[in-house]
Amino acid sequence: MNYRTRVIAAMLLAAVLRPAAAADLNVFACEPEWAALTQELAGDHADITTATTARQDPHHIQARPSLIARLRRADLVVCSGAGLEIGWLPMLQRQSGNAAVQDGRPGLFDAAMQVDRLEIPASADRAMGDVHPEGNPHVQMDPRRIAAIASALTARLKQIDPAHAADYDARGADFGKRWQAAIKRWEAEAEPLRGVRVVVHHRSWSYLFDWLGIEQAGELEPKPGVPPGAGHLAELKAELAAKPAKMVIYAAYQDNRAADWLARETGIPAVELPFTVGGTEAAKDLFGLYDDTLNRMLQALHESH
Amino acid sequence: MKHRPLLVMAACAMPACAATTLAAAAGSNAFNPDIALILTGTYAGIQHDPAGYAIPGFPLADETGPGERGFQLGESELSLSANIDPDWYGVLTYAIAGDNTAGVENAYVQSSSLGHGLTVRAGRFFSAIGYLNEQHAHTWDFVDTALAYRAFLGNQFGDDGVQLRWVAPTDLYMEFGAEWLRGDAFPAGGSADNGRGAWSVFFHAGDDVGESDSWRAGLSWLSAKSADRITTSPAGDDSFTGDSTLAIADFVWKWAPEGNNYDRNFKLQAEYLLRNDDGEFTPAAGSASPLNSDANGWYLQGVYQFVHGWRVGLRHDRLCADDPGAAFAGTVLDTQGHTPSRNSIMLDYAGSEFSRLRLQYNHDESGVVADNQWFLQYQMSLGAHGAHQF
Repeated sequence: MNYRTRVIAAMLLAAVLRPAAAADLNVFACEPEWAALTQELAGDHADITTATTARQDPHHIQARPSLIARLRRADLVVCSGAGLEIGWLPMLQRQSGNAAVQDGRPGLFDAAMQVDRLEIPASADRAMGDVHPEGNPHVQMDPRRIAAIASALTARLKQIDPAHAADYDARGADFGKRWQAAIKRWEAEAEPLRGVRVVVHHRSWSYLFDWLGIEQAGELEPKPGVPPGAGHLAELKAELAAKPAKMVIYAAYQDNRAADWLARETGIPAVELPFTVGGTEAAKDLFGLYDDTLNRMLQALHESH
Repeated sequence: MKHRPLLVMAACAMPACAATTLAAAAGSNAFNPDIALILTGTYAGIQHDPAGYAIPGFPLADETGPGERGFQLGESELSLSANIDPDWYGVLTYAIAGDNTAGVENAYVQSSSLGHGLTVRAGRFFSAIGYLNEQHAHTWDFVDTALAYRAFLGNQFGDDGVQLRWVAPTDLYMEFGAEWLRGDAFPAGGSADNGRGAWSVFFHAGDDVGESDSWRAGLSWLSAKSADRITTSPAGDDSFTGDSTLAIADFVWKWAPEGNNYDRNFKLQAEYLLRNDDGEFTPAAGSASPLNSDANGWYLQGVYQFVHGWRVGLRHDRLCADDPGAAFAGTVLDTQGHTPSRNSIMLDYAGSEFSRLRLQYNHDESGVVADNQWFLQYQMSLGAHGAHQF
C-alpha cells in the first residue's frame, strides 16, 4: 500500500468510525441550559453534546443508543440532577462502560445539588404525583442559583482539566461579572411582576417566582406529572374567578391546549416561555433565555391590564 | 429578598459537598438499596384448555404455554439494587409466580469502574442476545412474549455465568459482547461441559435519524449444549442431548415528534431467529434417534401511543420447522404439516409512569387448532423508579 492509498484508507475508516473530536474535554450536557453554561465557562476547551432539546420533556427521555455512544466518550456530564433524569441517565451510565461519569465521580456534575432547593417534601408518596424527594430540580430559572452553579462548575472544570485552570478562572470571572450586571438589569426590568399572580402548567417555575417574588396562582396539572384534566381545570377556573391571575405560562415542550383553554375561559393571556436555551428564537444563550422570558411575561402583563 | 444568601452556595464550590449534604439529610438508611416492586395480575380467557397446548414440531420448555385460565398473579417482581462500592453495582430480582413459588430471576454484580467502554457482569442474568430477551416482563408491550421466544428460548433465556461488553468510542453506537454460561436453561440443559454448557456473542448498533427517529439493530449467536435436556409435552417428557445453535437478527425503530414522546410515539420492532438442533432426541413414547433439524421464527410488532397514556399495538408471529423425518412421526417434533402463527392486538392505558392496564386479544394458530385468547392485565410499579433500556 503506498502512502496515498494508506491516507485514503485511513480517511475512509475515520469517516465510518468518526472518533472523538480533539477538544480537551468531552462534555455531555443533559439539558440545553447546562450546555450553554458549560460553553460560557469552558469555551473552546470543551466539545459539548446536548442530550435533549427545548422541545423535549427532560423527565421523559429514552436511553437511546446515540446517547450511550456519547456518554461513553464524555469526560464530564453536566445535568440538573435531583432526580430529574432518573428515568434515563442511570441506564446510560450503566451501559456506557465509562468509569469517569459514574455516581460520586468528579465527572458527574449535578447542577441542582450545588444549590439549596425548593419544595423538598417532608415525605415522598407517589399519591402526590411525580415529586422528587431531593426537591424541585428546575433550578435554571433563578439567575442567582445559576451564578452559584457557575462557580461550582468552574471548580469542577479545573479539577478535571487542571492544565487549563487559569483559563477556566478567567472565563469564570468574566462570566460572573457579565452575569451579575445582567441580574441587576433583569431585577429592575421585572419590578412590575412582583406580587403578580401567575398560573403554571407544571411546577417548573418555582425558582423564577422565588427570585422575582411572583405568586403561583395554580397549576394546570392536578398533580406534578399528571396531565391536565377537565375536572381540575374547571376547579381552577372557579378559583381564578374568585381570585384572578394575570397570565398562564407553559414551557415550549408542553402541550398548549390546557393553557389556551384557560386563557379563553378567563380572558388572561397564555404565554409560551422558553424554559431553556433554544426554547424560543430569542433564547439563544443563557442571557437570551432570561431576556426573552422577562420580555414575554412583561408583554403579557401589559396585555392583561 | 434579592440578597437572600444561598446557603449551600459558598460551601458548594467544593465538588464533594453535594454528596455530604445528601447523606447527612438521609441519615443511616441512606445506604439501603433501591427497592422496586412490580405487581402484575392477569385475567386470561382461553378457549382451548392450555394443559393440552403444544406447538407441533417444537419441544417446549416448562411454563411456556399461553398460561392458565382465569385470574392469576402473573409475574410479580421484587428487585433490590445499589452501587456496592465505587467499582461494583449489584441487582437481585425475585420473580413471584402465581403458584406461590419465588425464583431468582436476576442476581448479578456489574463493574462500573473498568472504563474504556468495558463492562463485566457475573451472576444470573438475562442474556443480551436479541432485543426482547433482556427486557423484563413488565416492560413488554404485550402480555406474552413472541412465539419465537417461547419456542426457541423458553420465553426468556437467563442463566448463570459471566458477560463482557465493550462500547466502541465512536459516534455511531456499537457494542460488542460475549457471555459464557452454565447451560442450565433452555435451549441448553443439564449443565453440560461441567457447568459451562452455553456461550454467546452479540453485536448492537444504533443511532438517531434527525430529532424524531432513532433505531437499534443487533446480531446475536447462541451456542447451547444439552446433556439430557428434559422438555414436557402433553404426551410426556422428551429428552435431547446435543448442540443447539441460535442466530438472531433484531431491529427496533422508535419515533416521537421532535423527540418528545410524552403525547405521541411509535415503536416498530422485529426479530428473526434461526435455530439448529444437532444431536439425539428421545421422544416421550419412543426410542432415541439422531436429529439434525432447522427451524426459524420471526415476529413484527408496532405500538403506537396516540395520546398521552393510551397505546395500541399489533403483532404478528410465525414459526417454521423442518420435517424431522419418519423416525419422529407422531412425536412432539412432528410438524403435522402445520405452520404455527399468531396475531395479537393490544390496547393499554398508563394513568402514570407507574401503572398500566392492558387488554389483549390473540388469535393463536400456534397449535393445530386455532385458539382465541383474551387477556386483561394490570402492571404496577412501586418504589424506586428504575430507568428502562431503549
